[in-house]
Amino acid sequence: MELLTRKESWNIAYEHALGETASWFYVQIRDHAKLYGRRDPKSGRVLVPPRSFSDQTLEPTTEWVEVGPAGRIETFTIVYEQFKTLPPPPYAFGYVLLDRADTAIGGFFRGIDLSDPAQAAQTLKVGVRVNTRFAEKRTGDILDFWFELESK
Amino acid sequence: MRWCKTMKSTRVGIVGIGQSAFKSHRDDANYPELVREAVALALQDAGRGLADMQAVVYSLAPDALLGIGNAERLGVDAVGARNKRFMRINTGGSTGLSTVAAAHAHIAAGVCDVVLVAGGDKVGESGDSQAILNKIWDPTYERQLPLTTITMLAMSAVRAMHKHGMTEEDMARVTVKNRVHAALNPKAHLRKKVTIEEVFASRYLAWPIKLLDACPQSTGGCAMVLASERYIKENRLEAVWLTGLAHCSESYFIGDRMGNNYVADHADAHALRLSFERAYRMAGIKDPAKQVQAAELYAPFSNTEFHAIEAAGLAPLGQSMAMLRAGEFYLGAGTAVNPSGGTLCTNAIAVSAMVRVAEAALQVWGRAGAHQQPGARVAVASGNGGDHQFFGSAVLEA
Repeated sequence: MELLTRKESWNIAYEHALGETASWFYVQIRDHAKLYGRRDPKSGRVLVPPRSFSDQTLEPTTEWVEVGPAGRIETFTIVYEQFKTLPPPPYAFGYVLLDRADTAIGGFFRGIDLSDPAQAAQTLKVGVRVNTRFAEKRTGDILDFWFELESK
Repeated sequence: MRWCKTMKSTRVGIVGIGQSAFKSHRDDANYPELVREAVALALQDAGRGLADMQAVVYSLAPDALLGIGNAERLGVDAVGARNKRFMRINTGGSTGLSTVAAAHAHIAAGVCDVVLVAGGDKVGESGDSQAILNKIWDPTYERQLPLTTITMLAMSAVRAMHKHGMTEEDMARVTVKNRVHAALNPKAHLRKKVTIEEVFASRYLAWPIKLLDACPQSTGGCAMVLASERYIKENRLEAVWLTGLAHCSESYFIGDRMGNNYVADHADAHALRLSFERAYRMAGIKDPAKQVQAAELYAPFSNTEFHAIEAAGLAPLGQSMAMLRAGEFYLGAGTAVNPSGGTLCTNAIAVSAMVRVAEAALQVWGRAGAHQQPGARVAVASGNGGDHQFFGSAVLEA
């Protein structure tokens, strides 16, 4: 028998409040191109991205600590597939442990030739040093900065 | 600190199992009809009717995968829950195992004697589950990045390569094994055998994960009937037993599973290991590598099967790759891992972890058909959900 289908799409807009901690973090990025973490007083660990409480000790964080701009790659991936609503491939992104931080923050890796996957994966390795680059025009967002290999 | 009371007082058994033959699309059945199909199969298997079910625990992962908000509202009639206790469970990919845990708790606590667990998914209808799964990330710090379950677990693979020496060839071997198994399982979605060369020839999605390292977007349903030992004996039902059941959760931020002085490594499945340790303690399993003959471990990407095997205590940390190279984990080996083909070959997300329990149950029941592990008496199942956060594990015994 003839079987019918019906098309539907969800497109819902939100305006998410970021809260005091993330707002302060993003204002420093936007206005001063500087990165900060929050220190957990109990463990002494600096959490980046900054959180108002530690998910390990469950204590409120108490102190802002400037981190980066250099750091090392903790993990990465290189995307070659187009996913709906996500950027056009190829692109590389992952997590970087910024200097003086104890946890890694996500960001794009730019300035790397991604045409050969095996070769690109040899360039982007766990432990490789990177530096943070900031956009000229910053809006107060995680996409205001990205990482490039330190030697460049 | 004791993690939980072990519920040994009331034994809980599985008395009926129903699952779809999974496919990418099922245009012949809308969502509630799909769920009802699995329920009918489970009830028929149990020799029970809907009227016998005292409660229903409903298995449903993120709504947007299905495209119906709170679709349990629509599913309630398919599972015959009018006038009954009904609840929906959602812990992402581990939903189906959390559903079994909720049903188990109702019975073990003496609240109910017989409980239906059921659900279904039509992941194929969205056409791009990764666009939806990006939305599980925090809009404050992480949503802006193209995080998806593929990229998240590609990043786990990169750390496993660095830490344990896992290679793309090791990953391909998982796909090859699971397709050999799926070819024997008429319910599996991807049933075509593939070679290592074919895996390598498939395109990269997110390095190092290629198309053939990744699960399909499946459509289908699953349901089971769970009952107390008393009910099973009074009604002279056939059953297999849920002798161990546990959960363990991980904190949210992936970046906290790396860096300095971390507790869990994103390369591995730390909380899944703790979950298995708890389930084994409850079941009295001392040496899983020797005592477990079949394992249905939730692994939607080839690389993640390795950390699941290690978390389940079936290989020492970092050793599972070499064991697979040596021919372990196939049907007929000491422990068959994913004899059904696993989540890698069939992923209807809302019920994938329930299918793991169902397939483990069929193994110890001796009813797995062509993909039966010979002599299986103890089998385990697991589920992973969230951003590698919510882990469940179960031990099944004949």
